[in-house]
Amino acid sequence: MSRLKACFERLSAESKKALIPYVMTGDPHPDVTLPLMHAMVEAGANIIELGAPFSDPMADGPVIQAAAERSLEFHTSLHDVFAIAKQFREKDDQTPIVMMGYLNPIEVMGYQSFAKLAAENGIDGVITVDMPPEEAEDYIVALKEYQIDPIFLIAPTTTEERMQKIAAVASGFVYYVSLKGVTGAATLDVAGVVERVNLIRQYMDLPIGVGFGINNAETAASVSSCADAVVVGSAIVNRMAAQKDKKTEQTAIIVKDVTDLLKSMREAMDAK
Amino acid sequence: MSKVKDKIDYSSMPDERGHFGVYGGIFASETLMQALDELKEAYQNSISDKAFQAGFDADLAHYVGRPSPLYHAERLSKEIGGAQIYLKREDLNHTGAHKINNTIGQALLAKAMGKKRVIAETGAGQHGVATATVAARFGMECVVYMGAEDIIRQAPNVYRMKLLGAKVVPVTSGSKTLKDALNEAMRDWVTNVDDTFYIIGTVAGPHPYPAMVRDFQAIIGREARQQMQDQTGRLPDALVACIGGGSNAIGLFHPFLADDSVEMYGVEAAGDGLETGRHAAPLCAGKPGVLHGNRTYLMEDKDGQIIETHSVSAGLDYPGVGPEHAWLKDIGRVNYVAATDKEALSAFHQLTRVEGIIPALESSHAVAYGMKLAAEMSPDQNIIVNLSGRGDKDINTIAKIEGIEL
Repeated sequence: MSRLKACFERLSAESKKALIPYVMTGDPHPDVTLPLMHAMVEAGANIIELGAPFSDPMADGPVIQAAAERSLEFHTSLHDVFAIAKQFREKDDQTPIVMMGYLNPIEVMGYQSFAKLAAENGIDGVITVDMPPEEAEDYIVALKEYQIDPIFLIAPTTTEERMQKIAAVASGFVYYVSLKGVTGAATLDVAGVVERVNLIRQYMDLPIGVGFGINNAETAASVSSCADAVVVGSAIVNRMAAQKDKKTEQTAIIVKDVTDLLKSMREAMDAK
Repeated sequence: MSKVKDKIDYSSMPDERGHFGVYGGIFASETLMQALDELKEAYQNSISDKAFQAGFDADLAHYVGRPSPLYHAERLSKEIGGAQIYLKREDLNHTGAHKINNTIGQALLAKAMGKKRVIAETGAGQHGVATATVAARFGMECVVYMGAEDIIRQAPNVYRMKLLGAKVVPVTSGSKTLKDALNEAMRDWVTNVDDTFYIIGTVAGPHPYPAMVRDFQAIIGREARQQMQDQTGRLPDALVACIGGGSNAIGLFHPFLADDSVEMYGVEAAGDGLETGRHAAPLCAGKPGVLHGNRTYLMEDKDGQIIETHSVSAGLDYPGVGPEHAWLKDIGRVNYVAATDKEALSAFHQLTRVEGIIPALESSHAVAYGMKLAAEMSPDQNIIVNLSGRGDKDINTIAKIEGIEL
């Protein structure tokens, strides 16, 4: 069984929801990512979304773009993302890793080589923001050949017809983008999210993760009442950005700030 | 052009999902898919809508001032001593460039779709001005995204946009140029997709933009084809146009694609020279990839990151190119070449002095290559060079390069 499937089944048996933090590989320094990933799991994260930087992240807001720019100062490539995943697997063989990025670096590597290397290095799912199902035939074939889950986004503007299209190709989970707009945008209308998530459930049995606009324990808890997973991105990246110029103990401070946030979210989600 | 088989039906491209061969397509985030679908439908309906087309034609005639002249640059031709150079005078359009052909078309579509707000990205500022102009004309709110670097390079156009009532938003991310402005405009569109129409300025972006912008710009080639036959009794031997995203070039080329005798040259910006790596010539020196919603040739590094481009001309300073050009390159129908900053500047001066026409720096690249090509041809042959814009906006840049204080 895939790590993602096993993870959601385990949580479901415990009546818990998944907490999915996002970190950009190599932000604000390549040494931070690996210890942070382990610490996040200890703080209650169930799945890790590992960002692969792209120079032109047009679906992301300024917070994630800045993270990508910080990471690219160290020339972080897909090979570096794989290397981090591989190192993570040395200590943790259970927590799923989902890579999130843009298509062009994957195109340059080639779908086959990408899928093979991703699988060999312990990556379980891939979200490619600018790859809609319509263009994804070869990409999906390559990922599935190596048992990697292609994870697709669903937006507030996604029609029911498109939900069916997405349901036909997605596996692992689907990621409901709870706001129109880019990552890190304003506040969330939780009632609206509940309605959409219920609609999505009519078209697919996959677990539904909700992300965009979740930046505190309270919102995480209320979203987790309808979703199977809560994705936290910009709120974490903001905490990394705040320490970007720190020369010593950078990792320790970031780990503390991020795990404090995750612990509070975990607690609030489990209390529901 | 022996490689080109006459079997290719150029008018059938792109396919239903926007593919030109392996290029083009729709590589957009999920939030935009529905909006792109609606746009595709509105655009397809407009093609067969006689009232829409009549409104478009009327605006091109009475607001833009079309047809633009095809001018025989006799003195320039004589000075070079080769083929006869004809200039397609898009610089004489309202707002001073070909860009308005497209913004009129898209604004009419926005109106038909009931959108009250238009947004645009701009590099040289010509597309921003053309968008702000039509927004004023149709009474729409207008926001233009422009790289902070370009805002400095193109100050007169920034002021022009503001006079026209547009809000100009400086973009400070990435290389602070056209590609970053495009990223930012795309973000605005994702956020405000319900009431906002994104007027893309070139033949790039996700389907239907490359096809739609081409169709709005193809008026250039249709007119030139007729004008050339009226003036010389035959088709031209060659066409030359500059290429940033490639809208003025595809506009000129498209109506001639099936004419095998007509050679075509798309001129990219070689910046400091292709060998230096400091240029903006993805077709000449880049590789295929995916950016801004479509698959095309890109300037990218070994990891697939987009690299910064360089050109003296802000309008050509873009790391991608329209997907139809990528396809036309691969099938060998169009020759893609490049002119350096230096060659463009020299052409700028020569045309200004000899013909009394000040070309935009973008168009100066086409003029530079056109003169080079003409010199290798005989005086009984004819070349059309697309003079896509006028150079008034560039005089500050040029004075600065030449150490002149205005």
